[in-house]
Amino acid sequence: MMLETLQLLLPGFLMPCVDWAMQLGEDIFGSAWPDIVTVVWTVVKAMLIVAPLLGAVAYATYAERKVIGWIQVRVGPNRVGPWGLLQPVADGVKVLLKEVVIPTHADKAVYLLAPLFSFAPALIAWAVIPFSDFFVLANVNASLLFVMSVTSVGVYGIILAGWAPNSKYAFFGAMRSAAQMISYEVPMGLALVVVLMVSNSLNLGDIVQGQGRGLFAGMGLTFLSWNWLPLLPIFVAYIVSTFAECNRSPFDLTEGESEIIGYHVEYSGMAFAVFQLAEYTAMLMGCTLVSLLFLGGWLSPLSFLPDGIFWLLLKILGVLVLFYWVRATFPRYRYDQVMRLGWKVLIPVCLVWLAVVACWMLSPWNIWK
Amino acid sequence: MGSMKEIFNSLLLKELCKGLSVTGRLAFARKTTVFYPEEKTPQSFRFRGLHALRRYAGGEERCIACKLCEAACPAMAISIESGEREDGSRRTTRYDIDLNKCIFCGFCEEACPVDAIVMTRVFESHGESRSDLYYTKSMLLANGDRYEAQIAADRELDSKYR
Amino acid sequence: MEFRTFVFYFLAAILVIASLRVVTLRNPVHAALHLVLAFFSASGVWILLQAEFLAIALILVYVGAVMVLFLFVVMLLDIDLDRLREGFWSYLPLGSIVALLVVAEMGLVLVSRYWGALESDVPQAEAGYSNVQAVGRLLFTEYVYPFELASVVLLVGIVAAVALTLRGKRKSKSVDPSRQVFVKAGDRLRIVRMPAEKRD
Repeated sequence: MMLETLQLLLPGFLMPCVDWAMQLGEDIFGSAWPDIVTVVWTVVKAMLIVAPLLGAVAYATYAERKVIGWIQVRVGPNRVGPWGLLQPVADGVKVLLKEVVIPTHADKAVYLLAPLFSFAPALIAWAVIPFSDFFVLANVNASLLFVMSVTSVGVYGIILAGWAPNSKYAFFGAMRSAAQMISYEVPMGLALVVVLMVSNSLNLGDIVQGQGRGLFAGMGLTFLSWNWLPLLPIFVAYIVSTFAECNRSPFDLTEGESEIIGYHVEYSGMAFAVFQLAEYTAMLMGCTLVSLLFLGGWLSPLSFLPDGIFWLLLKILGVLVLFYWVRATFPRYRYDQVMRLGWKVLIPVCLVWLAVVACWMLSPWNIWK
Repeated sequence: MGSMKEIFNSLLLKELCKGLSVTGRLAFARKTTVFYPEEKTPQSFRFRGLHALRRYAGGEERCIACKLCEAACPAMAISIESGEREDGSRRTTRYDIDLNKCIFCGFCEEACPVDAIVMTRVFESHGESRSDLYYTKSMLLANGDRYEAQIAADRELDSKYR
Repeated sequence: MEFRTFVFYFLAAILVIASLRVVTLRNPVHAALHLVLAFFSASGVWILLQAEFLAIALILVYVGAVMVLFLFVVMLLDIDLDRLREGFWSYLPLGSIVALLVVAEMGLVLVSRYWGALESDVPQAEAGYSNVQAVGRLLFTEYVYPFELASVVLLVGIVAAVALTLRGKRKSKSVDPSRQVFVKAGDRLRIVRMPAEKRD
């Protein structure tokens, strides 16, 4: 696996060096060498995903400020570097130089662990995301379940951040957002059940491949065969619960700057920035899942165009802009309204549509064969 | 029936789409941002900026220590002490404006019978400590000397309305 | 040592240490966090056994939902550490009996394996084998009645919880968000057209 990929990537005259290094390693480490190669190669692949991801997270903040600026008839950041392109760097430096103030009666270990607890799951979930037919770090059969379970661990960061500083306000904020995230996992899970029902697989790669088939795909209009059209209510419900799950506007009660406080009130400096990073990473994750599950992943919208990773990136960017657009448009929900929307609207809608799709699949008009 | 229609509309997210279309259109509207240090918005000749004490053309200071400005000041930012000069005229021995207190209302300027205390168009003044914002008589006179041309022109423009 | 064996012992060591810390730590929140760690290592061991569905379900259900509620409860407790230590000696005899029983049971299970009751080298599944499908097929064919029964029990639990919390008239003046959401501008506001009047 590794050698074939390297053969594709490296110029020809470097291959003998690689062969020589492999031989040398085998001489030194003996039978453990293949395992070592596997581990190193996995780490390299993980870095290939994580490094661009962190860059994307940094520029997601920049893009957010730009897009919201445009919508508010402003120009957004434009002072640091050309068109303000170095703004994320400046923000990073600023945050690094700030002091991390640890409250006196805080539980120090848990206090410092909490940001990691929210950031790590957001990163781990990327391990099973397929970026194209062959580029996936771990092709797990149950990758959709894996993503669900790992993102549900992100709640710990919030709860611990609320509890560790020994502050009642942070704790209230943590309670609120943890309850919100757990509640919205239910409609999200129901929406995913519908998706995996029609694609008959839990593997994200198979789900994407399944969207390339259908009546419209045969006519060349692949984008009408993607899941968003036949599952339109589920698509909308899934996007709404993604907003809530990522604690994004209009459900961003955790950081309602003006009226209520969030779980990270007691955090400052880099520790606070890690929470922000986690939020944006989770948001990119949500966008990617929407693109993979409903918008056909790396498939091209028209069948005569080539498929490829750039389609996936384009779709992720589109959904991301939708996130910003929504943030700039809608006022924030009140907490009981958030809960009502989750339990009394989205869950019934998803349940009803689950039954509808199930009947549809058993009827002679089944389009997912 | 009406409530059914409402539920239907809310499930179709009709109002949300309407809102999104408004903001979506604005995203491509022409931006009217003023790039401040390079571009500035036009100022009125009645702009109320930093204070200055004026002099007559001959170099004599205008202020006669009548203390009307001190009385008019709603923030009590002005403190004046007066005394007799060697030539026997009444003059201020102290004329301080604490810009920490000043609210830039312009009442001092209006109260002045001899146009001695005026407000200039300078608004980019700053201080790094509170004492930097405590303006004494000499500083105010220096301001007046520095911006006299602009001040005189502005009074000229305003004269027909007074 | 094979790489798999190394990973197994690594995870097992973390699992054992974390489980020990769960019962020895004074602070219940720390204990709960170590339990989370134990769940993670256990699911890692399951993945080594190629039971990926079970491993993921363990994380999703126990770590993602059950332990979160656990933490909620534990964090809301007002714990006095000194009072926790008081009853140690009086509970010791009973506690040690229970502990001995558990050790004996586990020993029986382990010993029976050496007697050959369980011929268990875990079968290595072929590449196309899907754990999820196998579990699903079993659940909906062979174990469909226990499965349905379990879901009915859960439903009863939900109904019971609702019934417990819905008692008597509500005393607080609370608002109904459903009605608030449906309010239109026209319900609250009447715009009246008034022509300008001439001054006398």
